[in-house]
Amino acid sequence: MTDLPALLVAAPILASVTVLLVGLLRRRTGWPLAVLASVVQLAGAVALAALAFGDEPVRYVVGGFTAPFGIELVVDGASATMVVLIAFVALGILGYARRAGPRSNTFYATYLLLVAGLTGMSLTGDVFNMYVFLEITGLAAYALVATGEGGESALAALKYLLVGTVGASLFLLGIGYAFVATGTLNMADLAMQLEAVGYGSPLVQAAFGLLVVGLFVKVAVFPVHTWQPDAYANAADSVSALISALVSTVAAYALVRIVFTVFTVDFLVANAFARTVLVAAAAVSIVVGSVLAVTQRDLKRMLAYSSISQFGLVVGAVAIGNGTALTGAMIHLVGHGVMKGGLFLTCGLIATATGARTVDEYEGLVERLPVGAGAFAVLALAMVGVPPAVGFVGKWYIALGAVEAAAWPLAVVILASTLLTLAYFARVLERMFFREPTTLATDVETSERAATGEVAADGTGPGREPDPAAVSAGMRATVVAAAVLAVVLGLAAFEYGQLLEPTIERLLA
Amino acid sequence: MMELLSTRLYYVVAFLLLGVGTYMLVGNTNLVKKVIGMNVFQTGIFLFFVVTAFVDGASPPLLTAPAPYVSPLPHVLILTAIVVGVSLTAVALGLVVRIYHEYGTLDEESIERVIDRD
Repeated sequence: MTDLPALLVAAPILASVTVLLVGLLRRRTGWPLAVLASVVQLAGAVALAALAFGDEPVRYVVGGFTAPFGIELVVDGASATMVVLIAFVALGILGYARRAGPRSNTFYATYLLLVAGLTGMSLTGDVFNMYVFLEITGLAAYALVATGEGGESALAALKYLLVGTVGASLFLLGIGYAFVATGTLNMADLAMQLEAVGYGSPLVQAAFGLLVVGLFVKVAVFPVHTWQPDAYANAADSVSALISALVSTVAAYALVRIVFTVFTVDFLVANAFARTVLVAAAAVSIVVGSVLAVTQRDLKRMLAYSSISQFGLVVGAVAIGNGTALTGAMIHLVGHGVMKGGLFLTCGLIATATGARTVDEYEGLVERLPVGAGAFAVLALAMVGVPPAVGFVGKWYIALGAVEAAAWPLAVVILASTLLTLAYFARVLERMFFREPTTLATDVETSERAATGEVAADGTGPGREPDPAAVSAGMRATVVAAAVLAVVLGLAAFEYGQLLEPTIERLLA
Repeated sequence: MMELLSTRLYYVVAFLLLGVGTYMLVGNTNLVKKVIGMNVFQTGIFLFFVVTAFVDGASPPLLTAPAPYVSPLPHVLILTAIVVGVSLTAVALGLVVRIYHEYGTLDEESIERVIDRD
């Protein structure tokens, strides 16, 4: 019995309040306090993970009310993975946000609140508690998106808020249906009670549909993805990285929890239609997300559409529902967090140094900014799935799972997703490495500047002048670390897959 | 069919509110009206929860009151959900204020036109 799970949720909330209160006395305390809180969070997360990767999940009874009446925190391998990922990415992005990010104390307070919400979502063993943390995460994310410059970020945040609230409300309605059917909210208890009610019951089927569709909105699966590109493209760079790396990832983890812990594989077997919908959503997301990514000119918008496609893979793994695919899903969630977060940071670094924000402006970037271009290339290739990067291992497991389950159409789409990913990254890589910077010039002024060897970037966003001096060592270090990690994690991913085996077996039991 | 609907009037109203809320979210171009629509949508869900706990003729869940009791759990849950709803509305209205300062209008189409012109 350890208090770690509860402390991991409570600590960031307390830190968030501390940042605000201390900020009233001294102005420049936000960053050091946030770093301190994140280091504590990471240490706690690793300690918890060491406990949770055993044979039995760690259970914590909140407030002395035992399950199924009280709220329970349950930590198994999957939740521990998420908690470590959240703490790690949050700490990493702080290193970047020191110079680049919105630097106010309220930003750091909201940042820590987001960490608390995400950690809570990962640890909870109670569906209503999950809804509350989903909304805390959402609230913090909406506020963070609005930290971007200009009115567009506020508009994007409002759009995100409206769509996200509808998603969360559908999730709540699904909880209501499940509660009416069973009278319980505890996940483990729900799993038993739902089976007793019968998987053919319309009430149970409706609950599944509402819960899954609600989470689809949060994960940004194709038809309900519309909030995502605007939110990612208009937020500040560190915020896009944080949100893209964590928010959808934890929502996808929640999807795994709801489908396998609450409804179990037997439900999917009993309801072939539910599985068909999952497969269709996955396939459409993978293909349409990639196609839309290819048509984008703005880099951050392209990366946002790429997320839709990548999370299609995870939904596909959920639809396949065997051990191999689920291991792949977990690896891909971690890998996507590191790779996509890193890509957004790299984009921010490149934009700060050279002002380049669209695909065309990336021409000949390798000569102007070798570090940024190199990190972008490594992360992009990792995302495509070039071995030994982590993007390869995740896709490999998911594809293998599809073949094992004889889900041939999905297997084809998953394998094709590698080519589709290449389709939108190749055009950026080709411009970065194999074109002369001068070809970018469209008007006389920029070609003159390029000819004299100065920074040849035009079309920067309003109020954003390229300023190489603004790139701090912390920003460079974070970007390079993300690129290195994308490869190193790939080497460690197979061992991690074995470590995860007992957890996956419990999920599928 | 009519009998089924009339005996479950609360549920009908709850889902009517969901419908009205969704329509307001999608159909209005005014941002404040969209926020109101979001509130109506949530209220529909709150009503649904509260109604599920309602038992005709039952007493409130107090120790001294005679059984049968109304289940208190959905009401407690909805209290939490209402708090969440209030915070969401606050954030939404804060964003609306910022958008108004930025563009001088709350009409979504006019804002889109301003953005396209830039």
